[in-house]
Amino acid sequence: MQKTDVVVIGAGAVGCAIARELTKYQVQVLVVDKKEDVGGDASKSNSAIIHTGYDAKPGTLESELVVAANPMYDKLAKDLDVPFSRIGAILPAITEEQFEQLPALKEKAFRNRVYDVEYLTGEELLGMEPNLNPEVKAGLYIPRESIIDPFLLTIAYAENAQQNGASFLLGAEVTGMTCEEGKVTVVKTTAGDIACKWVVNAAGLHCDEIAAMVGKADYTVNPRKGQFYILDKNTSCKVQHIVLPIPTKQTKGKLMCPTIHGNMLVGPTAEDLTDKEEKSTTAEGLASVAADVKRLVPNVNLRDSITQYCGLRANRNPEGLHVDTYDDLKNYVNLSGVRSTGLTASASLGKYVAQTLLSIGMPCAFNPHFNPIRKGIVRFHELTRAQQDELIAQNPLYGRVICRCETITEGEIVDAIHRPIPARSVDAIKRRLRAGMGRCQGGFCGPKVLEILARELGVPTETINKNEPGSYMIAGKVR
Amino acid sequence: MYQIKCDVAVIGGGPAGLAAADAAKQEGAEKVLIIERDTALGGILQQCVHPGFGLTRFKEELTGPEYAGRFMEKALADGVETLLDTMVLEIMPDATVICTNAAHGITEVKAKSVVLAMGCRERTRGAIQIPGTRPAGVYTAGTAQRLVNRQNEMVGKKVVILGSGDIGMIMARRMTLEGAKVMAVVEMNDYLAGLTRNRVQCLEDFGIPLLLSHTVTRIVGNRRVEGVYVAQVGPDKKPILETEEFFECDTLLLSVGLIPENELTRQAQVEMDPVTNGPKVNQYMQTSLPAVFACGNVVHVNDLVDNVSGESETAGRAAARYALGKLPKTTRVVECVPGNNVRYLCPQRIALGGDAEDVTLYFRVLNPDGAVTMDASCANAQVAHRTAARVSPGEMEHIQVNTGKLLGDAVTVSVEKRG
Repeated sequence: MQKTDVVVIGAGAVGCAIARELTKYQVQVLVVDKKEDVGGDASKSNSAIIHTGYDAKPGTLESELVVAANPMYDKLAKDLDVPFSRIGAILPAITEEQFEQLPALKEKAFRNRVYDVEYLTGEELLGMEPNLNPEVKAGLYIPRESIIDPFLLTIAYAENAQQNGASFLLGAEVTGMTCEEGKVTVVKTTAGDIACKWVVNAAGLHCDEIAAMVGKADYTVNPRKGQFYILDKNTSCKVQHIVLPIPTKQTKGKLMCPTIHGNMLVGPTAEDLTDKEEKSTTAEGLASVAADVKRLVPNVNLRDSITQYCGLRANRNPEGLHVDTYDDLKNYVNLSGVRSTGLTASASLGKYVAQTLLSIGMPCAFNPHFNPIRKGIVRFHELTRAQQDELIAQNPLYGRVICRCETITEGEIVDAIHRPIPARSVDAIKRRLRAGMGRCQGGFCGPKVLEILARELGVPTETINKNEPGSYMIAGKVR
Repeated sequence: MYQIKCDVAVIGGGPAGLAAADAAKQEGAEKVLIIERDTALGGILQQCVHPGFGLTRFKEELTGPEYAGRFMEKALADGVETLLDTMVLEIMPDATVICTNAAHGITEVKAKSVVLAMGCRERTRGAIQIPGTRPAGVYTAGTAQRLVNRQNEMVGKKVVILGSGDIGMIMARRMTLEGAKVMAVVEMNDYLAGLTRNRVQCLEDFGIPLLLSHTVTRIVGNRRVEGVYVAQVGPDKKPILETEEFFECDTLLLSVGLIPENELTRQAQVEMDPVTNGPKVNQYMQTSLPAVFACGNVVHVNDLVDNVSGESETAGRAAARYALGKLPKTTRVVECVPGNNVRYLCPQRIALGGDAEDVTLYFRVLNPDGAVTMDASCANAQVAHRTAARVSPGEMEHIQVNTGKLLGDAVTVSVEKRG
């Protein structure tokens, strides 16, 4: 039987952040996930924003974690080589009613200790964001609201964790746990049993199912769907900040913001569901996004959309972000209620959970060899012509451009396939490199990526998936 | 940085680039260089293994590779040079081209003129915003055609095709010949998007249902496509949800339009036509940058390669004359203006200055119609006139005007119902 010290269930942003944090201690860490790649669920389909926590419920653990996490990202993004930008958010009040809400929102930010929120006049807002609804009366400016590449954040946590000694068991679903004398001793998976000393449940959308395996499901996870548009980099109407609506009780509302790579992101909806596999966009949902965002940015051109997607927030019922430990299950930590702020909170949650494990007996011996630096894949299009030339001289594969929309070379694709956390599917390549994420959506590079994957992995093309097993790209050979 | 000097650099070695390069050589340009990202010349014709090419040009029926082969052999025999497996990264207004390949690394091509012949790309699922899940098995028809015809990969076994564009209909036949079951070709409009001959030869001959005024409303399946919902559309082009019907399938192919591939053109700040999504050109296929010419599907999407070849030869000749300093100086510009039932005109403008000549204006109608007259008028005078038995947005039309007759600032082309 495989043995480890800590099993982390779930390889989303939070699970991978926890794993990375734990490699700072002298413990063996194993991350288990049923998906074929890290960041396979909510971590890949969200609004890609690093929040400040200005609008969190004051006094909650969620507020504490989000507010604490935001300042960590300058160093974290640098250490982990993840694209990140502090572009700031604006919260325009368009109607009289919204205008009247501004003092309460500012006061809430104050109670969350987000002290840098500014009141701005309509004129100032239009100066910052000329495409804003000209009827804007006034608004708030939240300077530290930021954008990040959510795929690369998760992958970078995982790669850095792996490089510091953590192991990853992907495509392995947890099927049960063995408990003896008030402790979890074995985590059972479809890829075999794992003997362990501590267990962290960071299973996000499925954390209630995992908790139920040890009798700790005193809550349920109710997925809340969010649908988004991504617009072409050349779209006629852009914004430079995260443009947020005045929030309602249920959601932060439908926003428009640039992505870290220069596209526009518009959305999301907030639709309560029961089915955790219900991941389809709908005509009505997208129409509601369009209608709402046009109130903020009237000229937004949704016909410039290159793709639409949806993600499921892991909403907890009853509400609230929890990191729970139990007197009758001494080596088990249960995370729940990690919802739309989860990506942001991953940075602080990693530390919070590590500290929690120390409090339940994990020995506090630091790893003297921990290296916080992870270098990402060398990006051809970010180099100067001279650097590009030199790179091609070293490795001619960088001279061959495979994805023309995003200028991704064969050298980068081959690198992604042989990384510590390898890309083994078409979507895994896309998330690491953006090949197929441009305006032709893989029409040109798709067949080539398929060939390169099959060649580098030494398998037939029929076995290459879009993502999970069963998502085959090729149904056989021609006659 | 590796450097090459030439008279005319042609970006793209498909039918447009091949014809332009050879014409440039014929016109007297000494060194003509085709820069092509694929490892072979021929462009998209390499995957068009079906017949139907060359009927106008060669008065015989050729396959895509055969048609391309004729131009390729001639161009190479005439001394056109090539740089294959090479991607262009940037075009400068002074006709310098920056490109990259594995053999030479970053390469600077110093040309006297450049011909843009990058062709087009396909509209995607995201662009037309089909709701539903995002499984494997949704392909554009051209991507599927490449996989099937060049990589020997079958993309699926049970297929629904959205859009009655030519590639979609041709792939309906191709997939059927390879043993797949094509459930239906679904077209949102009440008329065919592609050529009538393809409906007969690719759909009717194989008993494949064509559902006009229908669209795909939803894609189902979390991993691989499990099916699609198809519904009728009303006169407002919106689906009538009560008519929704489920088609079980593992593949959805999309043939919903082509978009000229102008990333490089835009980056070079060439003036664009918002209707064609291609550069604005004059009758020499010269863009707003005097040293930059363009031809083929990068300018406007053609339905027949034969037209592309002709237009590209014009571009190649003019690019060579520009490189040799022989292109006539423009003294006056006449704008080409779409009139009744005309979506766009190409060229978009006519440069006057040389001897009087005949210029063919290509155009597409907005709506299908029966017997029509086509008129070109300039300064309140009719300068050209012809009739047609029927017109359709799926088929390119043309009318010829003589530059000697263009006395005003604009020439307007209109299509009116006869009688």
